Amino acid sequence: MTKNYFEIKRAGINTTFQDQGRNNLYHIGIPFSGAMDNRNYLLVNKLTGNKLDHPAIEFAYQGPLLKYYGNKISIAITGDVNFKIKRSEIIIDGKCYQTFNIQNGDELDIISTNKSVYGYLGIGGQIDLKYQWASCSTNTKANIGANNGKKLEENQKINISKINENLNNYKLDYINTKIENIRIIKGTNFDYFSEKGKKIFLEKEFTVSKLSDRMGMRLEGPKIENIVNTNIKSEGLIKGVIQVPADGNPIIMLSDHGTIGGYPKLGVVISADYDKLVQLTPGSKIKFKEVELSDAETLFKLYELETQNLISRI
Amino acid sequence: MIKNILNLGDAALYCDFGKDVNKETNIQVIKYFKSIQNKNIEGINNLTPSYNKLIVSFDLKKTNFKNLKNIIENLTITNSSDLKNKKIEIPVCTHENFSLDIKRLEQILNLSREDIYKNFFNKEFFCYMTGFIAGMPFLGDLDYNMRAERLETPRVKVPKGSIGLTEQFANIYTYESPGGWNIIGNTPKNIFNNSKEKDPNLINPGDIISFKEITKDQYNNYND
Repeated sequence: MTKNYFEIKRAGINTTFQDQGRNNLYHIGIPFSGAMDNRNYLLVNKLTGNKLDHPAIEFAYQGPLLKYYGNKISIAITGDVNFKIKRSEIIIDGKCYQTFNIQNGDELDIISTNKSVYGYLGIGGQIDLKYQWASCSTNTKANIGANNGKKLEENQKINISKINENLNNYKLDYINTKIENIRIIKGTNFDYFSEKGKKIFLEKEFTVSKLSDRMGMRLEGPKIENIVNTNIKSEGLIKGVIQVPADGNPIIMLSDHGTIGGYPKLGVVISADYDKLVQLTPGSKIKFKEVELSDAETLFKLYELETQNLISRI
Repeated sequence: MIKNILNLGDAALYCDFGKDVNKETNIQVIKYFKSIQNKNIEGINNLTPSYNKLIVSFDLKKTNFKNLKNIIENLTITNSSDLKNKKIEIPVCTHENFSLDIKRLEQILNLSREDIYKNFFNKEFFCYMTGFIAGMPFLGDLDYNMRAERLETPRVKVPKGSIGLTEQFANIYTYESPGGWNIIGNTPKNIFNNSKEKDPNLINPGDIISFKEITKDQYNNYND
């Protein structure tokens, strides 16, 4: 039997296996996890001929350098990513949203994301991975999921147990658009903040801080003043919740967030804007815009329709 | 009973059981949590019970706030006699390597170390909730004279197994994590087992917990 595998020659900054995440575990303290940018995750699976809930490799900023050994296999990359494929002396410029068929000895160099944080590498085949609670999403804090719950490291292998029968040649014309305003719904502690604080939140610009990761995004800017209490009795969180601790700087909960928190909830990012939010790099400017629940529901339907439409075009 | 149901964003319900933190309110939260869990309601993908709130997260592709609010308002709730509480004893070593904040507590509480430990080891605790990090139990209630604020600057790394106190609660760090609770000892017992898919948590909401002091030797030779 031929062995098909990728050898990791450079791991990248934060390279993990992700899928749709895991449900029904918040009550024991395990977050949802899963691919940060769900749309780009779904697209990479469609491009490689996989089922839509197949695991993909998520990378942030700098991606991995992989050398492939084995029979021909389809790969694709989604997001806004600069990558190259080295085939002996030839260097092929990579294009996102396009399937490439790679062969024994090829090197895939995922150099960096452009003006975005996350990119996705899809591999057309079954990867040997451990599932925990029906998901292989990696939670590096609790060491749960594929790869013993750890980031991918240099010199390890990604073993392919079965290559998809058909090699693909898909291509999709799609450009990730940047979002101007992040739309929010008022949080359950909105009235903990002064009139001036609320005005600042909805009118001023904030900057994405370097202290942002899969757990949360910290923002810097004018301070948002709390006039009631800077702590609440600890209670559940969901992704997208904007908490404001005593220092007045908002923190947005992202996919690996702690399940319980004790800071007042100023707002919640609407589901339709989550994929775009997570792609904002440190230093990016952010402005919030308030919408009603009914608008948020409609906007999500539209976003979903657009995602389904993109999938059906592949 | 639920006092009020609000939306938390567009994909979660915020069920408010009132302002107070006490066992009676928390038992109501746990009853609702278990009843909703047993019903397997379409679209719900997570439930987060806490002291006096229950957050119900859902998949916006399958349902919406209005729908679920209606279902939960009309739900029949399981009787509290159906709550199966476990009694669990946790071994704790208070050796100076583990009791990182005992001196600070002696000062803040104006109690001797002996009095602090005597009070702590004689107490039965009730598990209000688990979470923040996987499996971390929030155990109450400490006596009024045992209540201290959290550290002003949280530790970047609290060792696995650390027992912390803050306000009316004790907790256990199930793995190394940042945190600001006052650390008074360490348990060799595994509280969260990430290799178990069924019941990875040793302690669950509603359980009754007591702590038992062990020596450094017993700690070192402890077999889980």
